Amino acid sequence: MSCYEADRLDRLAYLDSPAHRLDPRAKLLATLAFIAAVVSFPKYEVSALAPFVFFPLLLAAAGNVPLRLIARRVAIVSPFAVMIGLFNPLLDRAPGLVVGPVSISAGWLSFASILARFALTMSSVLVLTATTSFPSLCQGLTALRVPRAFVVQLLFLYRYLFLLAEESGRLRRARDLRGLGARGRTLRVAAAALGVLFTRTLDRAERIYQAMTARGFDGTIRQLRTLRFRGADALFLAGVAGGAVVLRLLPVTAWIGSLGAGR
Amino acid sequence: MHMADALLSPAVGAGCWALSGSVLAYCAGRTRKALDDHKVPLMGVLGAFVFAAQMINFTIPGTGSSGHIGGGLLLAILLGPHAAFLTIASVLTVQSLFFADGGLLALGANIFNLGAFPCFVGGPIFRAIAGTSPATGRRTAAAVVASVVGLEAGAMAVAVQTLLSGRSELTFVPFAALMGGIHLPIGIIEGLVTAAVLGYVLKVRPHLAGQAFGTAAEPSGTRRGVAPVLAFLLVAALLGGVVVARFASTRPDGLEWSIGRLTGSPELRDPDRGLSARLAEIQRRTAVLPDYALPAKDTEGSGHAARPDAGQQTSLAGILGALLTLALAGLLGLVMTRRRGQPSAR
Repeated sequence: MSCYEADRLDRLAYLDSPAHRLDPRAKLLATLAFIAAVVSFPKYEVSALAPFVFFPLLLAAAGNVPLRLIARRVAIVSPFAVMIGLFNPLLDRAPGLVVGPVSISAGWLSFASILARFALTMSSVLVLTATTSFPSLCQGLTALRVPRAFVVQLLFLYRYLFLLAEESGRLRRARDLRGLGARGRTLRVAAAALGVLFTRTLDRAERIYQAMTARGFDGTIRQLRTLRFRGADALFLAGVAGGAVVLRLLPVTAWIGSLGAGR
Repeated sequence: MHMADALLSPAVGAGCWALSGSVLAYCAGRTRKALDDHKVPLMGVLGAFVFAAQMINFTIPGTGSSGHIGGGLLLAILLGPHAAFLTIASVLTVQSLFFADGGLLALGANIFNLGAFPCFVGGPIFRAIAGTSPATGRRTAAAVVASVVGLEAGAMAVAVQTLLSGRSELTFVPFAALMGGIHLPIGIIEGLVTAAVLGYVLKVRPHLAGQAFGTAAEPSGTRRGVAPVLAFLLVAALLGGVVVARFASTRPDGLEWSIGRLTGSPELRDPDRGLSARLAEIQRRTAVLPDYALPAKDTEGSGHAARPDAGQQTSLAGILGALLTLALAGLLGLVMTRRRGQPSAR
């Protein structure tokens, strides 16, 4: 778990750009439509997934999101999907695609398809996070009828996430200094550190509660900014969702290939 | 064991969303009614605690590799099932957004696998074994059993979801054995650490024992609250299993099936109607080489019977198109990087 990258992603979300100015609801729904389209392809489909790369790419371009950050994060979280996917070439050896003398087994095709889906769905979510500040995303969730108690929970979690990560970093450093690095990392010491972290967290929550009660907290968090779903947002949402449907249902990639071959 | 979007079919993903969403709404309603405002910041900060706790690494005895605790069972014991479920769901949401652990479509499945089982199965098991004021050994045993059962149930759920989605070639038994084997030691370690943390916390904050062992007078009885959720999960799992299994065995792809229902034809690209027919005709005329269809793969009984039509066809034109598209995308990426120079967060 790298809080450093999450922190970078979080800072990016407060920049200003055309992508950042879009309504959070529009971006969230567009991302969901995009993911649904990508995931709904049959398991052996690879080439038709290619044009989908333009959604995260263009949104990242409009939002000044460094691609390297996204790519690195996607690579870091890939092991589970890769591990499960790698069984496909081993188990499914039926011939899949024959191009001249080269034959690719169906298992490799479905594996490639899993990898492509993985890269597309993960990068689209990361770009969404990098172009939408968390409070405004939560505001969008409230407007989309997500239970208020859950949205308040998300906002509190976000508010203290980086703070507690630093606290835990200090505990870790202290332990490693006293325990000569790896020799001190026993279960017993870790459990004690976790216990300290937990009680400190409880105390912090108590202080927060008293401070917020003193300021009139009644269980809901109010935000000054109101959401406005403008024409541009509707256009963006319709464009992405419509594009996803078209790419899902029509063989666009094959047409591009035909054009490219000069016919 | 975060489930990934790439391994899920839309039908399974949506089903898990419906399941987790309804449990979430139920828990949100209950915490709102049962708890005072007091617990609102507490739950939020404890969500952040889970992230911080996962940064405290330790050496796993006997292996030398490094691990960290998941924290789900600890919250389930100290917060009660409903508040803990909301907290874990929020943790998983932030993980999927900021860390790309799991995906948005898979979030419903992940909340179900990693939230519902520790809270509504692990927590009650712990309480049942630990009793009201347990000795250290009994508490440790209770935590280990609760943790292993909760985690293994989640691992099995991952296997079932993957199987129903039909993206992986793995069959249930080897996959379940693989997942179960991997998660057994993880569950034991998690249980041991949870018990140790619990021991420390209860020593310095004895008043928390009431919540942990169910002896305190609860605002409106959390014990009573678990039963309906458990019953709901059971019924939903059975119902979902039956429906999805039938659905998956006859209709390999949920979206195509629903498109078929809507349009009355099995494939939108049915080559003798309207726009798509004309487009297909153009495609036929412009194709570099005739289509290379995927041979109908015959895995009878596994739900992916032969699908001879355009649905799985790929062609040289498709490959070429994909390469051209990716080249264009790569060019765009290059231009973006060049324009910004050294990418920085500012």
